[in-house]
Amino acid sequence: MEVKEIMPTYFESKQLVTPGELLAEGEYQAGENTYVEAGKIYASRIGLVDLDTKRVNVVALRAFYIPKVGDIVIGSVIEVGFNGWTVDIRAPYSALLRASDVLSRPFKPQNDELSQVLDQGDLIVAKVASYDRAHDPQLTVGEPGLGKITRGQIMRVTPTKIPRVIGRKGSMISMIKQETNCQIILGLNGVILVTGKNVVDEDLAMKAIRKIEEESHTSGLTDRITQLLKEEKAKQLQVETKQ
Amino acid sequence: MSEKHEKLIDKKGIRLDGRKADELRPLKLEVGVLPNADGSAYVEHGKNKILVGVFGPREVHPKHLSRPDRMVLKCRYHMAPFSVPERKSPAPSRREVELSKVIKESLEPALFPEMFPRTGLDVYVEVLQADGGTRCASITAAALAIADSGVPMRDLVVACAAGKVEDTVVLDLFDVEDKLGAADVPVAYMPNLNAITLLQMDGILAPDEFEKAVNMAMEGCKKINALQKEALKNKYMTVKEEEPKEEAEE
Repeated sequence: MEVKEIMPTYFESKQLVTPGELLAEGEYQAGENTYVEAGKIYASRIGLVDLDTKRVNVVALRAFYIPKVGDIVIGSVIEVGFNGWTVDIRAPYSALLRASDVLSRPFKPQNDELSQVLDQGDLIVAKVASYDRAHDPQLTVGEPGLGKITRGQIMRVTPTKIPRVIGRKGSMISMIKQETNCQIILGLNGVILVTGKNVVDEDLAMKAIRKIEEESHTSGLTDRITQLLKEEKAKQLQVETKQ
Repeated sequence: MSEKHEKLIDKKGIRLDGRKADELRPLKLEVGVLPNADGSAYVEHGKNKILVGVFGPREVHPKHLSRPDRMVLKCRYHMAPFSVPERKSPAPSRREVELSKVIKESLEPALFPEMFPRTGLDVYVEVLQADGGTRCASITAAALAIADSGVPMRDLVVACAAGKVEDTVVLDLFDVEDKLGAADVPVAYMPNLNAITLLQMDGILAPDEFEKAVNMAMEGCKKINALQKEALKNKYMTVKEEEPKEEAEE
């Protein structure tokens, strides 16, 4: 009896691969961070391979942010222009925020001094309103929760690790929020804003996120983060009682 | 160098530095050595010491150099004044301009420039110590640095030279062999796609010798590629391996 030959893959699940490594041949789909050459699928970034039914994905360990419409990002104003601001969103392209988007009334250049609204160096939470190959991304802050950042701490992680910080259905991030009493805004461009009641809480949340970034490609991470937070809190409590 | 070399290869086929004809110099590769660059790599290839930093993709300056449909690759190969026995002027020489171009063109086929229109990728190659075959070592390190920066690549480019010394075809020439030998053939190669991205020849070779040299260089490339992959993986493996130990302690 002739058994139909199963199309080969050349990797184990969660294997670390480098650019150019042959992953699969035949009836597979090339997923993220892969490419097809002569019917074969190769990796294009360093990362961990995964087979999702017929789709070969590489979860990249190193990548940079490419804007996508609808993404929440955190950026800093690098230039105040005539009718808007240029914002650095840690992407290959700098973003534009239009004055008419920020001011609720019609914008008149002769009446409004833009640097009084947002000045160079100010940090903002914004949403990508439009972006394509030919045009730089445009931002909007016209939604609740968006706008200038007035307090909290900023940290940066590799953008590909943001999903890991969120966790499955937000389990990781909600756990950190709860344990540390901090508000956390995740910019999909790899910038994270942590706002808590005091610096100690913020530092703890940041420590947990840093650990996630460093160990993002290992399993059982949520449990280890929970443990880390509990241990750290116990330590703090000890210090406080001693004082 | 004033000392006189009677023979570049002795009767037993051993070269001046003690290697056999088809033997590579010892190689050390390291990835992610510069925290301020987006990607970086360091290579020690024999006595060559080369540091590569990659920035981008980012906006191109001056603006008119950017292309509406693609990312532009810029390379700068530079030798430090102290990289050679006689002080080298830090100003870019004719040779450095050529090598910058050659390195750029050997790396370009490995990239997907159409994925990031209107941007530029800057590769800075700094030769700290030179001992022959720096263009090859630079390409090997630059490919690692680009991979480390997170820019998608078709394959890791790896380069190695072969040549002719006295009457023997040898692999991976060092400075003295390069200067006194008959020919030098640097080859850059993408091992997984089996494609050559750079092929130069300095000197004279018979057709069969040329073929032998190219094949020898490609074999050398494959060996270096294994080290390249290992170096790239090493940066991330450490975390992966430490994990079970941590749990065992608790």
